[in-house]
Amino acid sequence: MTLILEAVIFGILTGGVYALMASGLTLIFGVMRIINVGHGALVILGAYLSFALLRSANVDPFVSLVVTMPAMFALGVVLQIVFIRPLKEDREALSVLVTYALALGIEGLLGYLFTNNFVQLTAWYETASFAVFGFHIAYVYVFGFGLCLAILIGIFFVLYRTTFGSAVRATMLNRTAAQLVGVNVDRVSAIAFGIGVSTAAAGGVIFGMTNAFNPGSHYDLISRLLTIIVLGGLGSLRGAIIGAVGMLIIEDVTAVVISPVWASFAFFLLLVIVLVVRPQGLYGIRVRERI
Amino acid sequence: MRKPVSLAVTGIVSMGALTLAACGSSSPGTSSSPQAAAPITIGVSVSLTGDFSGDGKALVQGYDLWAQDENAKGGLLGHHVTMKYVDDASSTTQVVTNYQNLITQDKVALVFGPFSSLLTIPASTVTNRFGYAFPEPAGGGPSVFNRGIHSLFFVQPAPVENNLVSFTQWVLSLPASQRPATAAYSTEDDPFTQPQIDKARTLLEAGGVRTASYKVYPAETTDFTPLAQQVIAANADVVILGTQEPDAVAFIKAFQQQHYNPKALVETAGPDQGADFATKVGAANTEGVMVPAGWWSSAKTPNNATFVSEFIAKYGGTPGGISGDAAEAYSVGEVVDQAAKNAHSIANAALITALHSGTFQTVQGPMAFDSLGRPNGASFLVQWQNGLTVPVYPPSAAVAQPEFPKPAFSG
Repeated sequence: MTLILEAVIFGILTGGVYALMASGLTLIFGVMRIINVGHGALVILGAYLSFALLRSANVDPFVSLVVTMPAMFALGVVLQIVFIRPLKEDREALSVLVTYALALGIEGLLGYLFTNNFVQLTAWYETASFAVFGFHIAYVYVFGFGLCLAILIGIFFVLYRTTFGSAVRATMLNRTAAQLVGVNVDRVSAIAFGIGVSTAAAGGVIFGMTNAFNPGSHYDLISRLLTIIVLGGLGSLRGAIIGAVGMLIIEDVTAVVISPVWASFAFFLLLVIVLVVRPQGLYGIRVRERI
Repeated sequence: MRKPVSLAVTGIVSMGALTLAACGSSSPGTSSSPQAAAPITIGVSVSLTGDFSGDGKALVQGYDLWAQDENAKGGLLGHHVTMKYVDDASSTTQVVTNYQNLITQDKVALVFGPFSSLLTIPASTVTNRFGYAFPEPAGGGPSVFNRGIHSLFFVQPAPVENNLVSFTQWVLSLPASQRPATAAYSTEDDPFTQPQIDKARTLLEAGGVRTASYKVYPAETTDFTPLAQQVIAANADVVILGTQEPDAVAFIKAFQQQHYNPKALVETAGPDQGADFATKVGAANTEGVMVPAGWWSSAKTPNNATFVSEFIAKYGGTPGGISGDAAEAYSVGEVVDQAAKNAHSIANAALITALHSGTFQTVQGPMAFDSLGRPNGASFLVQWQNGLTVPVYPPSAAVAQPEFPKPAFSG
């Protein structure tokens, strides 16, 4: 029983990290209707930026976010303006190709700069832990979960308590209508993309402290993130959080109760069931397109 | 409807042409026989990118050093050797394309093997079809040999599944009062790791060590916390893990987090990565961790001291920092050199025959191959002690006593 309780708690804590990473992805989809398959590579880029600061200046990974999050925000804005904005027709399909190309470019650059050997972010709280319910929880998971929670609350605050947030939500609901009522959707899109990419930096730090990573680690990561936002409903922040935490709990509990081999299968089984019942995902909105 | 039909016809014609091309160029030992003393090229598919890129680069170092030494001695039976490397990106499909291109387009005289059992299996199918000898440094899982390929030679002291045999022999050699009663196993689902764990489990169970836990996890696993939880919950005396370096590090960190300290911990790979491993787990946490090894820088094997000094002269670093992959690649060249001398030829058919007979001296020690290319030697057991890795078993290879029980992790 302790083993299951432990798996549930770790599922929630690590699920929070995936929720943060997935929230950026779903925010970008919601505002721009594009699938950013380069999001995993941006997470890994964020981890490497912190790794570079740790190695060169011994900057604590969490402290490094003061530098990396604004830097990644700026990078996101530039990427949106240069690569995404020019896509006027068939955005959904072309964006997949463009962002995949971005992912390959980032992977190549990181491989050139850091080699393809696995690295990991280190800090005192990475292995230090405290006892609870008969087992130990490492501080890194708690700090990471706290950071994710703070950032997610911040995103919700911006979305639901600011004028800019209203513009974002209007764009998410109906891009054309938002434009008609005076929302500068290009500006909103660039900033939303920047926010999404800066959350990747934060997610990358925690991912990099709890996993060894190399430039190719983004392939597995993006497949998991896409799965999460499909379960939660494309474009839904709430769905991304529920989907991420749900996925990690199911996988961790299955791994300890049955077998690690069945962990992913159990989650995908649930995903299929959800999609059969609710094709739009847990919190997605069913849309009707004119064809 | 015209387009699909024309595409289908094109596809069938292309497949036919490829088949004919393959048949036409697969005459073993003929196209690969160079003129006497003419320079030759040896082709290798190496993983310069992707998961095995670290190992791939070490292979290149070993192969290059051997080619340098060989040319300094006058070449391979008088043939000046040039190495040609192509990147397979650690991909099982790219490695096939690479060896096809090396043989049919570049017309290399010989081919040497890539890194890992995963890549060796598809690669050896291609090289065998073209009649090439395929000495390879890093594909030793049972699935490499169970296809009955006669032209493949695994140039390490022992088949991979026997890597932990020395560990099990050491455990069972302990006095009854100290001998561990239980063992917990967890292994990646990989042709390199799982056979080692399964063999160790069989031997230890036969020796009376009860299995407290046994789990196989998918190779793409990134979250090792639940796996570590199971090992910890088993509370076994000995923990035996089928790992590559990332999971080797992840397990140790999870054990630290949970304040879990088994009496002995052995991992199939990871602790053999020297300073890189120590940096990742923390130098103090390496103490007592064990790993099987086929080569060690201080081993008293033929030509090993020269290899180590030449390696440092060429690439820098310290003896402890030399990857075993480089030594294994160097051994491939040594074996081929001796086989060529025995056969008085570098024709592939002659090399295959020569490699199946006789014993070859390498920096990893002497080795011979059975009809399926399996080596007949044994690996030894290495342990981290005082910040260094030292051979501790069997006694004939040991330079220190095994540290048992393992000290607690520093936390």
